[in-house]
Amino acid sequence: MSDTTTTIEQPSAEVSGRPIRLDDVTKRYPGQTKPAVDGITLEIPAGKVVMFVGPSGCGKTTTLKMINRLIEPTNGRIVLGDEDVTQIDGDELRRRIGYVIQAGGLFPHMTVATNIGLVPKMLGWSKERIAARVDELLELVSLDPDTYRDRYPRELSGGQQQRVGVARALAADPPVLLMDEPFGAVDPITRQRLQDELIRIQEEVQKTMVIVTHDFDEAVKLGDWIVVFEEGARIVQYDTPERILAEPANEFVENFIGSGAGLKQLTLRRVRDVDVADAVVVKPGTTGKDALQQAENAGHGHVVVVDDRERPLQWLSRRQLSRIDVIDARLDPALPVVSGAATLNDALDTMLVTSVGAALVTGRRERFEGVIDVETVMEAIRDARANAANSEGAPVGMNSGSIGLTPSLIAAGEAAQAAHAGDEAATATATDDARADHTERGAAG
Amino acid sequence: MWDYISTRLDAIGFSAWQHLSLVVQCLVLAVVIAVVIAALVYRSPALTSVANSVSAIGLTIPAFALVGLMIAPFGFGVTPAVVVVTFFAVLPVLRNAIVGLGGVDPALVESARGIGMGRLRTFLRVELPMAWPVILGGIRVSAQMIMGIAAVAAYVLGPGMGGFIFSGLSRLGGAGATESIVVGVVGVVLLALVLDLLLVGLGRLTTPRGIRV
Repeated sequence: MSDTTTTIEQPSAEVSGRPIRLDDVTKRYPGQTKPAVDGITLEIPAGKVVMFVGPSGCGKTTTLKMINRLIEPTNGRIVLGDEDVTQIDGDELRRRIGYVIQAGGLFPHMTVATNIGLVPKMLGWSKERIAARVDELLELVSLDPDTYRDRYPRELSGGQQQRVGVARALAADPPVLLMDEPFGAVDPITRQRLQDELIRIQEEVQKTMVIVTHDFDEAVKLGDWIVVFEEGARIVQYDTPERILAEPANEFVENFIGSGAGLKQLTLRRVRDVDVADAVVVKPGTTGKDALQQAENAGHGHVVVVDDRERPLQWLSRRQLSRIDVIDARLDPALPVVSGAATLNDALDTMLVTSVGAALVTGRRERFEGVIDVETVMEAIRDARANAANSEGAPVGMNSGSIGLTPSLIAAGEAAQAAHAGDEAATATATDDARADHTERGAAG
Repeated sequence: MWDYISTRLDAIGFSAWQHLSLVVQCLVLAVVIAVVIAALVYRSPALTSVANSVSAIGLTIPAFALVGLMIAPFGFGVTPAVVVVTFFAVLPVLRNAIVGLGGVDPALVESARGIGMGRLRTFLRVELPMAWPVILGGIRVSAQMIMGIAAVAAYVLGPGMGGFIFSGLSRLGGAGATESIVVGVVGVVLLALVLDLLLVGLGRLTTPRGIRV
């Protein structure tokens, strides 16, 4: 794992994930007539997030656990990158694959740092390297290392535990991350925030992620690709969220999507995909008069107060400003903030509950980036509608299969290859953008 | 009474030390045996119920009778005493170890396996530490119980405070007989208290802060 070192020293936005291939994999439990997973062949492209959805008991979790061989397949092959891992030592394999379960699965008798450092320790890293890596990962999941390093899991909230769980899974920089209902145990607000966080992390690390969920909205929000399963882990549809919403393969998928497919399209666009408006930004300590002057000059109705790390603190109207002597560094708890990774659906929701009909957008490390309002969202919807009409020829998903469908599998596999090539082109552009962002950040720091 | 004690201070001290030493050593041995047995059986419901029955039935065996029975294979002295004391010491620890290991959240075990910990490492690094407070509870019960049993073991000329009790009983009514019995009984009670305090201290030291109640 020589590539591990390089990625750790400089967390880049290059695809560090590897593709996974399940080749005619079956799991049969003794004493049961029907196999739990019936001859599944599935290709998971590198650096993409693939969601497994389906009703409970459909075999999606079993399929996930066969990837890292927590459940040993009865037949079939598992290929990671270009290596057949069906026969290698299971523990050794699992150290190379991140694994996150519901509520994080942290060990309560170990500190956060020990929990995160477990896999690197098993891989024989030096103490200093582990400590540095732990801090780096805590930063990545937006937890302050000095505050949280030595805490025990029970001293953390559910959401924080889940973040540490993700950090632990990423510890040894594995190319693949498997998650089993990762956000099932947290409240809806925290879940939304964790999902946004995961999207942001994925942009930084570009792993291959496979996530099991029973929540279709979560699948739409997080997934580059969605696999809809039916009893016996039969693939009903393997497609992009857009296409599953627009063209469900059959009634089963339609029922699974549930009502409001149109509204759900809103969850496919993210805040950072639309143009956010500029705002007048001031620091605490500015006098109300100065700030008011700046707002008037810019022709804006409000100013945004940010702290020295550019995180928004308050959002003051001209009227409020006219009554303030000096702006303080107080954090307004009711501040309407959405992250750039949030969906337009979330943004709209946040806006609707505030009186202003707009929200502040934050980017990496909660830095303030701009303002989004209802008009922007409406425009994006119009755009999306126009695009959906063009998306007919978009890269399509892979295959569905069970034993006996081999010829169609091969055809689907070829289609997948083609789709893959298209993806790579898209990723290259994304990488360039991310690099630019990186440089900018470096300059700011 | 005070004369009796002051003239035999050395002998009492020595016996007390021997008694404590017998109990502690048997306890350590018992914990190892109990944890190993528990580790072997706790995954299987059938074996678990067998082990639980054995520990329940074992506790009903009168210690005195078992001590007597051990004379035939082991003769007199330290060996039968150690065997009997260890046997009884194992039972509560085994029971608690099974309960403790069985009570470890399966999600934690899955999580441990999922990040590439092997069976043994999972057991030593995750399951055992998580079950430790419960096991320690069993150890404390065990320690109290075998304090008394170790006294009975003096019947086969084992070491410890039991000697004072038996020698007093055999001379009942004679000079210093009552004093001898009282020294033996009170000595055992005091030792039990001391050991329990030590075990509480051990618990504080060995229970990770993250799961301390």
